[in-house]
Amino acid sequence: MPGISDFFESVREPWTLEFMQRGLIAVALVGIVSAVVGSFVILKGMAFIGDALPHASFGGVAAAFALGGNLYLGGAIAAVITALLIGFISRRAGVKYDTAIGIIFVGAFALGILIVSRQSGYQVDLFSFVFGNVLAVGWDDVWLIAVVGGLVLVAIAAFYKELLFIAYDPSMAAASGLPVAALQYGLLALLALTTVIALQTVGIVLVVAMLVTPAATAQVLVRRLPWMMALGALIGVVSAVTGLYIAYYGDVSASAAIVLTATGLFLAAFLLAPQRGLIIGRVPQP
Amino acid sequence: MAKTPEPPNGYALDAKGVWAGYNGHAALEGVSFRIEPGCLAGLVGPNGSGKSTLLRVILGLHKPWRGEVHVFGDRSPPQTRLGYMPQSEVVDWSFPVTASDVVLMGRYGRLGLLRRPRQHDRDVAMQALERVRMADRARRRIGELSGGEQRRVLVARALAQEADVLLLDEPFAGLDATSQHDILELFAGLARDGKTLFVATHDLSCVAACFDHAVFLNRKVVAFGRLADVLNEEVLTATFERHLLLLNVEGKIYAGHQ
Ligand SMILES: Nc1ncnc2c1ncn2[C@@H]1O[C@H](COP(=O)(O)OP(=O)(O)OP(=O)(O)O)[C@@H](O)[C@H]1O
Ligand SMILES: [Mg+2]
Repeated sequence: MPGISDFFESVREPWTLEFMQRGLIAVALVGIVSAVVGSFVILKGMAFIGDALPHASFGGVAAAFALGGNLYLGGAIAAVITALLIGFISRRAGVKYDTAIGIIFVGAFALGILIVSRQSGYQVDLFSFVFGNVLAVGWDDVWLIAVVGGLVLVAIAAFYKELLFIAYDPSMAAASGLPVAALQYGLLALLALTTVIALQTVGIVLVVAMLVTPAATAQVLVRRLPWMMALGALIGVVSAVTGLYIAYYGDVSASAAIVLTATGLFLAAFLLAPQRGLIIGRVPQP
Repeated sequence: MAKTPEPPNGYALDAKGVWAGYNGHAALEGVSFRIEPGCLAGLVGPNGSGKSTLLRVILGLHKPWRGEVHVFGDRSPPQTRLGYMPQSEVVDWSFPVTASDVVLMGRYGRLGLLRRPRQHDRDVAMQALERVRMADRARRRIGELSGGEQRRVLVARALAQEADVLLLDEPFAGLDATSQHDILELFAGLARDGKTLFVATHDLSCVAACFDHAVFLNRKVVAFGRLADVLNEEVLTATFERHLLLLNVEGKIYAGHQ
């Protein structure tokens, strides 16, 4: 049966290459962390912030590049500052905060472009942050993603009960004596760290898709937050593996293939979900 | 107005000249009243009279411009002494949590940071759901419950807080006659057990039927005290700014328009 062994060979082949292994580990980790953090992002209606942070962090990445510093550190500092600023503005009621956020992040992004345009020559390093370059991640990047992502997951596990409460009913949480402001800033900081580790794998433009799409797919399918996080993480990993195959055999951008796989899974769930799906949800249950 | 001597442990609630509002517009203008421990007290007023604002001031969620509210003589009481049920319009019903998850949140204030709910907390939450007759719906997603059932879940969460003073914002809105009766019975029972309940509502017949005390509010306090002393047409007319009639039918009091 040569057909079958050929098939298994082509399933196995990409993972014999070290850069594919690194890319898979990196993007799978990013998928897991993004889905867990992303669950809070979509439940709190913060998708816009998930879009703003990666753009703002590009300013920090570019500045670090120009100064010869660590790109991740530059991105992280810019993202955390932006997150805290957004948190500060949104806690001041009466301000149209989405406008203010828009001005801040577009400004930071433009600053990044300005710095890049002053650098001579084509900078692969820097552009991999804009469009993502899963196959260029080194082992040191994988380690950084693992350590930072692990810290984010530990923080969310430790404060799960509090984060759930402030996301669901902030005024009741405050009435129960929880430090709502500190927890909200903390969640924004975790979101900022997540976007920074996701930057190099999927790129600025597509980070928001990793945050939002797997978690949203899971929300259609399950009814409790822990399951939403777990299923979202699984969907993130499945999208990563599938997307890498598509990129390998189709010779297309890996980050785009990963995000499109996640989008396809969302559409499938949206149409076919047993309870709330567009098609099956309409069929009367026997 | 209250001629009784001060209770030994102090008043459950003692508001002293509270002024509060939003963006420079006053919603409460010098609100003062006292509520004794262990009674079922109504907070009665029309829409926009400041009921929710007053409850939020008591909870410390809204900073008053002037004045303060003491809870058992305490100016800033520990949060575990106060239980709260928000007006349910502000709750996100699409959230992926079950009814029992929501009730368990009532325990989080007692647990404090980082500690996870234990079996005892789950038991308290389940008992609270049983008391509002929602135990069989415990595993339903909150958004899949009817409006009245959601309201009962929020009452259960306030019960799970095991607080001495319960501040409940419109617990009867949207409940059918039987559920309303059940909840009222439950409240009366809690008051007999020594809890103090302060219930914001505009449902006069509910208050007239079973409450001990009432505060009539329309930005200012129109009257407060024992229901028998304050429930009269003069007070109602001043509170609701139109003429209301009180009917006494076989010992039950009904309020209505002409
Ligand atoms: N977040 C807010 N921002 C600005 N004004 C507010 C806000 N909340 C309430 N108000 C105003 O304060 C006043 C009192 O509102 P409050 O919600 O306390 O009334 P209420 O007695 O609870 O009314 P209802 O019976 O409709 O619940 C109203 O005039 C309202 O317009
Ligand atoms: Mg109200």
